[in-house]
Amino acid sequence: MPGLSGRMSTVIKAKISKLLDRAEDPSETLEYSYQKQIELLQNVKKGIADVVTSKKRLQLQEQKLRDQVVKLDTQARQALAAGNEELARTALERKNVAQTELQSLDSQVAQLEQQQEQMTASEQKLRAKIEQFRSRKEVIKAQYSAAEAQVRISEAATGVGEEMADVGLAMQRALDKTENMKARADAVQELEAAGTFEDFTQLGAGEDDIDRQLRQLSSSSEVENELAKMRAELGSGGGGPAGELGAGEPAGAEQQAGPSQGQGS
Amino acid sequence: MIVRIATEGQYELTESDAEVFNQLDNHAVGACEAGGEEQFHSAFTELLKFVRGNGHAMPEDRLEPSDVILPPPDVSFEEAKAEFTGEGLIPG
Repeated sequence: MPGLSGRMSTVIKAKISKLLDRAEDPSETLEYSYQKQIELLQNVKKGIADVVTSKKRLQLQEQKLRDQVVKLDTQARQALAAGNEELARTALERKNVAQTELQSLDSQVAQLEQQQEQMTASEQKLRAKIEQFRSRKEVIKAQYSAAEAQVRISEAATGVGEEMADVGLAMQRALDKTENMKARADAVQELEAAGTFEDFTQLGAGEDDIDRQLRQLSSSSEVENELAKMRAELGSGGGGPAGELGAGEPAGAEQQAGPSQGQGS
Repeated sequence: MIVRIATEGQYELTESDAEVFNQLDNHAVGACEAGGEEQFHSAFTELLKFVRGNGHAMPEDRLEPSDVILPPPDVSFEEAKAEFTGEGLIPG
């Protein structure tokens, strides 16, 4: 049994020898290999740029969602202060959805950050190997007889070829992950486009599909808890229980109207 | 012996470490074939820890091919299984 490492090594080595077989003349092998290395380096740079772009896009979405969370929270308070509990509940449900999305975006941005760092490290490593290969290439071309050059070229090319295969693999995995996140970001954007996080007071009175979906999505207990908390905050100085909202509105509501805007959590 | 952890880098192991490495490596394959995902991950993690802990990281300006190459640290159980049956992690 060749072990876990055995199979992996075999596959990578086969790939490298395929790469080297293309050229028969040693100096041609050197140049061909070098050219491939430079190409790969360009690709890695492009890959890093891709990751950075995706990250920026997610960060932009994060900012938007953060704004929505603040807005929905304020609207919920206003609705509750005005005695419209139903509207307040809807706002909190939406806030809940937005917050869940925000959490998931947070972890995705962190993952992309990690991908970016890893790819940058790969790029530096590959750059060092290519530099090494470049100087060795000149020495080999200048100093060795054809037969000896053949051996040294194959050594150097295999060494750098392995690094290339590895960087290629790292990049492929990083981009696959980024691709998944892009798909998710698109889904969030669709939610946004459907008005999920928009100013819900502009949607009109009728309950639409999104409202129903939201109801299913959000954990109602969390919403109820938040409602209760808001009630307590908005309620009269005595801090009466939730059920007493209707009775105590004039004094309590007025007193809280100002600060409610600035009350992020 | 030179060991590469794919997507991470190369490490140099002494001959005596190479023996332990082979045992751990076979252990990981055994876990993979026995079909236990948790077992595989713990065996593979142990293998990685051994290489990182006992091997010397190769300097970046050395151009030597590895004797063996380990799958990337974030390899999934499904991918590891495919290493033995399908075309593996490196397409084409």
